[in-house]
Amino acid sequence: MYEIVEGFLEAARLIVTLDADVMAIALRSITISLTATVLAGLVAVPLGAAIYFGTFPGRKSLINLIQTLYSLPTVVVGLLIFLFISRVGPFGFMRLLFTPTAMVIAQTVLVLPIMTGLTISALSGVDPVIRDTLRSLGATHLQFLANVMKEARFAILAAVAVGFGRAISEVGAAILVGGNIMASSFASSTRVLTTAISLETSMGNISESIALGILLLLIALAVNLVITTVQHR
Amino acid sequence: MVRRTLFAVAAVMVALLFICGCTGTTTDPVPDEKQQLRIATTTSLYDTKLLDHLTPIFEEQYNAEVLIISAGTGKALEYGQRGDVDVMMVHDRAREDTFLADGYGTNRRVFAYNYFVLVGPESDPAGVANMTPEAAFTAIREKGTAGDANVTFVSRGDASGTHSKEQAIWKAAGFNYTTEVKGSGDWYQEAGTGMGATLEMANEKEAYTLSDIGTYLAYKGDLDLVTIVDEGDILLNVYSAMQINPEKFPDINSTVAKDWVNFVISDDIQKEIASFGVDKYGQPLFYAAGDDWEKIGVTEAEVKDPIA
Repeated sequence: MYEIVEGFLEAARLIVTLDADVMAIALRSITISLTATVLAGLVAVPLGAAIYFGTFPGRKSLINLIQTLYSLPTVVVGLLIFLFISRVGPFGFMRLLFTPTAMVIAQTVLVLPIMTGLTISALSGVDPVIRDTLRSLGATHLQFLANVMKEARFAILAAVAVGFGRAISEVGAAILVGGNIMASSFASSTRVLTTAISLETSMGNISESIALGILLLLIALAVNLVITTVQHR
Repeated sequence: MVRRTLFAVAAVMVALLFICGCTGTTTDPVPDEKQQLRIATTTSLYDTKLLDHLTPIFEEQYNAEVLIISAGTGKALEYGQRGDVDVMMVHDRAREDTFLADGYGTNRRVFAYNYFVLVGPESDPAGVANMTPEAAFTAIREKGTAGDANVTFVSRGDASGTHSKEQAIWKAAGFNYTTEVKGSGDWYQEAGTGMGATLEMANEKEAYTLSDIGTYLAYKGDLDLVTIVDEGDILLNVYSAMQINPEKFPDINSTVAKDWVNFVISDDIQKEIASFGVDKYGQPLFYAAGDDWEKIGVTEAEVKDPIA
């Protein structure tokens, strides 16, 4: 019990005093996961829309597949990316393993399915009356697409936020392709909140772990606030 | 109002993205002409913070940036074999020899040594204190397989150098590791993780475990485990650094890798290694290999001769 209380007090000190190491790790987490989220969003939203509006054979199965991949295990993504970018892998010449870029790639792949799937759900959630109205008012195909997308924009934003939440909270891929490096420069280091918590706990540095955990929760809370603000509109 | 807030949030996010675009995903990891050196290391050198102590000195002297990937010796060898690192720092002579013979590594130099210790709960439920390592292992296994619930052994179980040493002790004690030890009952548990984490686990379970003395001393403050067996020739633990062979992987950073290997066997750094942790733990975590090459059974060239 003492350990937990002590840990929390020390954690509070680390956060309040903006401990340089802790802040760098938190900032790195946000940077990497936000980049991955944006890249994934740029693919997932148009892709989701294309699948939702499209008519092609196997559409149902494709949606099923995407929904199955919601629970794509993070270590499996990590392993796949590792094999591709390791020196002897097909993209080994790019020397990406153990860099933040590798982590961005892994997290992008990781959140693509859930963001695509939730985009499809978001579009499905648009009131049918709106669709009928648009059609009856004689909207062109393009106008129809644009307006349905516009109606669904907040739900789509929520889909993106969910993707960010998954990216920043995963540890399996981050440790496999990042290597949990703490280098002297910010851009070469690959230690993020989750991998740092894992390491610090294994090293018995409970207060650092708690401080990092609190920061991770605060970030999740911020994301959640964005979602609820959006949903209350 | 809400709309404005949303716009503000969106604007901030977009701004952040631009910042990320410029920093996070940079494809050129060498912004200021600094050489990068990637080292895969056994966890003991990292968990004891010895490398944290040495790398700033190296970075300053060679204008290089050192990136350390801490893994067990097994994983480090795997990274080396795939050409994902420039240097390896490991402690498993037998597997190092294979690695060198297969042409993946080159220029091995021995820079430090210490000893393994069998640690366990103070109550010593298997009653093995001060036995030889082989006898102690035999007694622990005997009690464990007989179903004594107080006797547990936590193994690294991760193909690390320490795990290799543990297997060597089981073998020396006359057991077949795969059939008579591993999976022979609940008394034998594989942690599958680094040395520090394994010590924490053994501490929680009040179990025995084999540790290098360095990591044990560095963690001792947090642990209730005590040294049970610390004498026996088999407990010698020899650390070496080697380059990944540039003939196999032509574009690895071989110059700075060479610098690193020569750095760790240099007189100054040998002194740093020998004195590391003495002020904090009252005894050294590692001994410098420097003048003790005979004692640890390696050639003089392997501890003294800088790589050309």
